[in-house]
Parts: sequence; structure tokens; C-alpha cells
Amino acid sequence: MLKSLSEITLGEIVIVESITHPYLSNKLIEMGMQAGTELELLYKAPFGDPIAICMHGSLISLRLDEAKHIHVTSLPI
Amino acid sequence: MKIALFGNPNTGKSSMFNLLTGLRQQVSNFPGVTIEKRSGTFKIGVQKHQLTDFPGTYSIYPHSLDEEIVSQVVTNPTHEDFPELAIVVVEASNLERNMLLFTQLYDLKIPLVLVLNMWDIAEKNGIKIDIPALESLFPGTPMITMNARIGLGKERLFAAISTSKRAQEVIPFYNGFFPSPINDKDAQKQEIQDRYEKLRAILPTIQGKKSSVKSTFSRKLDAILIHRFWGYFIFSAVLLIIFQFIFAFATFPMDWIEHLFITLSTWLSGALPDGVFNNLLTQGILPGIGGVLMFIPQIALLFFFIALLEESGYLSRVVFIMDRLMRPFGLNGKSIVPLMSSVACAIPGIMATRTISDWKERLITIIIAPLMSCSARIPVYTLLIALVIPKTYVFGFISLQGLVLFALYSLGLVAALLLALILKKFIRSKDKGFLIMEMPEYKKPRWSNIMISITEKIKVFVWDAGKVILAISIILWVLAAYGPSDSMSSKIRAVKETSLYKKSTEPQKETMIASAKLEGSFIGITGKYIEPIISPLGYDWKIGISLISSFAAREVFVGSLSTIYAVHDENERQENLQTHLKEARRSDGTPVYSLATGASLMVFYVFAMQCMATLAVVKKETKSWRWPLIQLVIMGIMAYVGALITYFILT
Repeated sequence: MLKSLSEITLGEIVIVESITHPYLSNKLIEMGMQAGTELELLYKAPFGDPIAICMHGSLISLRLDEAKHIHVTSLPI
Repeated sequence: MKIALFGNPNTGKSSMFNLLTGLRQQVSNFPGVTIEKRSGTFKIGVQKHQLTDFPGTYSIYPHSLDEEIVSQVVTNPTHEDFPELAIVVVEASNLERNMLLFTQLYDLKIPLVLVLNMWDIAEKNGIKIDIPALESLFPGTPMITMNARIGLGKERLFAAISTSKRAQEVIPFYNGFFPSPINDKDAQKQEIQDRYEKLRAILPTIQGKKSSVKSTFSRKLDAILIHRFWGYFIFSAVLLIIFQFIFAFATFPMDWIEHLFITLSTWLSGALPDGVFNNLLTQGILPGIGGVLMFIPQIALLFFFIALLEESGYLSRVVFIMDRLMRPFGLNGKSIVPLMSSVACAIPGIMATRTISDWKERLITIIIAPLMSCSARIPVYTLLIALVIPKTYVFGFISLQGLVLFALYSLGLVAALLLALILKKFIRSKDKGFLIMEMPEYKKPRWSNIMISITEKIKVFVWDAGKVILAISIILWVLAAYGPSDSMSSKIRAVKETSLYKKSTEPQKETMIASAKLEGSFIGITGKYIEPIISPLGYDWKIGISLISSFAAREVFVGSLSTIYAVHDENERQENLQTHLKEARRSDGTPVYSLATGASLMVFYVFAMQCMATLAVVKKETKSWRWPLIQLVIMGIMAYVGALITYFILT
């Protein structure tokens, strides 16, 4: 099921489908994110925003505003 | 040789820079832009090299202001900072992502040295990299392993720098048009994707299957430090410890410095022949320098803690948990450090805003920082509270005086946040704030990195703020020591004729004359001149003089009141001044320092931008006089209106 990265739950592992951020998608791509990249939601800040994801072994923080432009599917378990 | 240092954030680039240059480094600006440039020198044998540290980026295409310098320099061989050789620092355990920037620089035909840094972590994670195979893909580029944090591999790097010789005719890594036009985001996207595709194709043959295990130690720590309750709890505790150190322990060396300068000027004024030079030196210049140096212990301690938090990796977690709280105010999680620094002194606080990449968020942080009650306000608050707030207890155990002090700090904080809210609406910015940030793993701090960071901050403070504080101190001294000749001498004559003067002891006589001189001086005249403006706030011309002299630094308020009221008692100055102030009467016989006047003054000091050094630092950080002037006006209006309302309500 396609959803945005801002909607996933803690500990969920997802696969990136597409990145549609108006001006930061290039930055995310430069940081190694692309369709097919595996992401794990590791932490949420106390008010649920920002979130910290694990990507290629690094911990990356994102605001929900940024995460909602990243479309992902759940990894079938 | 001109050597540049490039790399992704968190690859140990700063450690590398510190390792090579040590203390032979300086902070300046890239020509024509507001981006900080760290450069330094180092020697290989007899050959001297100039090293410039560039902001950490993932590619040459910029996403924030400070990243722009990278593309400006590397795509323009005529740029004065265009390197003759570039050291690209990559994290060995994260080769794929780190190599993107390297391949771009490679295609720009800049001679390169590739440093596979943090080699120990890669080895621990079982990552094996076939370096000769990687080198054969990028002919002419020496590749070495290093562990810059502990200085391992420095000799290998020196050898590589001497052997790096790139032939100009090499096959570019990327076959398409390069560099992509700076405004064509789609072309850049395509290029980056193509580069990644190629890297993903070749890297598996070079490094064994990559195991991407984040250290369990970091994960366990994060579970506590980012926790929705414990996260804030621990951060509060950390803040408490830091402030404890700054307020309780920095006061000792501060007192020593102050004392040293008082002793020095007393001794010099006796040892040197009397005259203008003697007075200028002992009453203007020396106290001025002392006033600057006095703040060094606080600044050093504060930046010690901030560097410690940063080095250990904790600071990015603080940013992470504070971001949501700060955002409604147009601030960033990264604003927390500058704001907490400003409780000690706004100058290092404003210097610490450099970590905020978004200009609008940074500017708002800079503008509101001086509203946090800094340590220079403490002597003023203490004096005024003791003067007008009764020593009673609320509910029998909460000291009213303490409560008022707390209220003053809170007032500053609330005003800062409200101002931020307003500024958020008015400041336009082309970039939007974001928080896509890598959070490094926790690691043991390197003391040498921390020491270098402290030294750098102190150097900047002493030179930048010092120049202004010193200049203003001299100007204020001139204005207080001189006046229209008849004005001063008539005041002195008048004092000498009073019966009180005739009864007084020698030292008392001296201070009475000093007080009379001050009244007749340019500052005294100005104080009287502005009396109509400040009388609605409940102030007389004597307070006016103190307000004006406070522009050098707020704590001067107490000293100049002592002079005006001719208080002469070295041991119990504060107590004695209080009695004098309590006895001061207006022409109608009511006390000058009523509750209304005192409270109005306190509010004035919470808001007013009475610190030339801060203005100078804001000018330096924002590269124009526009923002410091706006700040001065806004805070001035807040102070005047706030004080007016307070006085009005209380009378």
C-alpha cells in the first residue's frame, strides 16, 4: 500500500517508491535516497515531529513536512 | 600550494582540518559572500601549504546558503579560492554515498587525494575495501586510509599530497554534460541518479558486502536521549549543569581579572605622571580592556560545553527534540544553543548561530538573542531589586526578591519568543527552513578539537567585540571627563562651597569633586538634556547619565551611579550605594527610587539593547548595519514602552 513516510509507525521498515518534494528531493537523492531504498523509522521526537530514519546505516532526521513528500510502501514481512 | 578540504557532513573533516593546521588557523569570509571560511597553513618538510575547509556537502549543487560557496569555487577555475589540490574526506563505512561528491570533483579535473576516513569503524564493521582496484578506476588519484580523530595516517596523507598528479586528459566518470546548469534541477537530478547508478554497479566489486549495522551502543543511548520524557529531562539537567558552571564557577576568574585591572590602573595612575594620558589610560583604556577580558572565562566555559556536546554527537539529538518546540516561533531546533548561550552573553550566542543553515531562522535567532537576560544585567537587577522590592516572603517561604528576579528572566524569554513570532511574519526568505540532517553516532570527544574551538571563539570575541567595547569605553570616558570648561569648573566650585564638603574627609572630598565633574561633563549635560524624554518613565537626569554610559556595557550602570552619588567606600560599595540611593529625593521630597521607578528601570534593562559589542557582532554576522539598527530600534521601543507602561501602572 502506498503511503507517505510521515504516516508510518515506529519500527516500521518501508521501501521508497518516489520522492516528490518540490525543492529538497535532489538533496535526498544526493544523500542516497532513491526508489527502492530501505528506510526504517527509528525515532520520533517527543511531539511526533521531526522523525529519525535509518537509511543505509545512517540516522537521518526529517520534519514531517519533508517526510510527507516521500512515498513509500511497507516491506512485506 | 592551495589545498581545499571537501566532504560530506560528519565525515571527520573538521578533525582532519585541526589535525593538519593545529592552531595555525583563522576564520575569515569567502570574498563577496557571507560564508565563513576556515583556513590555515601546514608544512610538509619545508614546503608550506594553505588549507581551506569547505562546508560539508553531499554534492557540488547547493541546497543552503553556505553550500553555495562550494559550487561557486569548484566550477570557476579563476576563483581566488580555486584549489590546486583537493582532499576529499569520505567515511569508509559509507562509501557509496560519500563517493558522489568525489566523482563530481574528479570530473572537474581538480587533482585529488581521497581519504578513507574512520577506517577503524569500517574495519570493525567488517568492511573491506580493495583500494588498488578503486585507484585504478580514478587514475592519478592517490587513495589512503586514515583515522583523523586520533591522527593516524598523517604521513600517508603527506605522501599522497606530494604524489597526486592528475593528467588533464582523463576519462570522466560521468559521461553526460557536466557540470549541470546551476538552475536546472532536473538535469542535476538526472546526473546524480546516473552517478549513483554507476557507483552502485562498480562498488560491490570493490568492497565486500556492506553490513550496515548502526552501533547498538548509539541505539541504546538514543532510546533514552530522544525519549519523550527522559529526553527533555536529561537535556534540562545538562542545561542546569552548564549554567551552574557558568554562573557559579566563572565568577572567580572573572573577579580575578576585574581585580587585576583595578590594581593595575590604581598602580599606574600613581606611578605615571598626572595628566590627560594618565587619566585616559587608567580610567578609559584599562577598564575598557578589563571589561572585555572579564567575559573570557564565561565564554570559554560555555564553548567548552557546547563543543563537548557537539563533539560527542549529543547536540544533534538536542536539535532533534527541540525542533518542534521552536518551529512555531520561526526558529529551528538549532536555535537552542545560541539562545542558551545568550543567558551568559549574547556575543558568543550570536556567534553560535552559524550552525543554522536557514537564513531566516538564523536571523530571527540573532535578533531575539539579546533579549535573553545576560550576565551583565545581573548587577543591575540585583541592585534595583534590593532597592525597591521588600525582603518579604510569599506564602511564607518564597522570597519575593527571588521571585522578581525570576520574573525578569522570564519576561526576557517571553519577549524574545513573541518578537520571534512577529519577525516570522515580516522577514521574507527565498529558502524554506528544513531539518534534513544526519545524526552522527556518539563518540568520545577529542580534547584537542574542543580546545581549538574554544581558542577560536575567544579570539573572535576579543578582537571583534573587544575593539568596539574598547572604543566606546574611551569615547564615554572622554565624554565623562570633559565638558564645556565653565560648566565643569562652576560645578566644582559649587560643591566646594557646601558645608558637607568642608566636613568631609579627603577621599570623600575627592569623590564629591568627581561627582560634580561628571554632572558638568558632556555626559552630565546630555543626561539633563534627555530628562524630559525619560521623566515619563520615572527617571531623573542622574539615571539618564547611567543609561547613556550603559551603552558600553550594561553593568557600567552600577559603577556610574556610584560615581554620581559620590559613593566612596571600596569595601562595601553595593551596600553603601543602596543607602545613598534610598535617601535620594526628588524636588518634592518623594524618594527617587520608588517601586514604580525601580520596576520601570528593571523592565527597561530587560528589553533595551544596551550593548555596543553585541551590535558590532550582529553587524559582523549579518554583514550589514541594517539588522543591528533594526534590532536597536525594536528593542529600544520595547524598552521605552515597557518601562512607560510599568511606571504608569505602578503610580
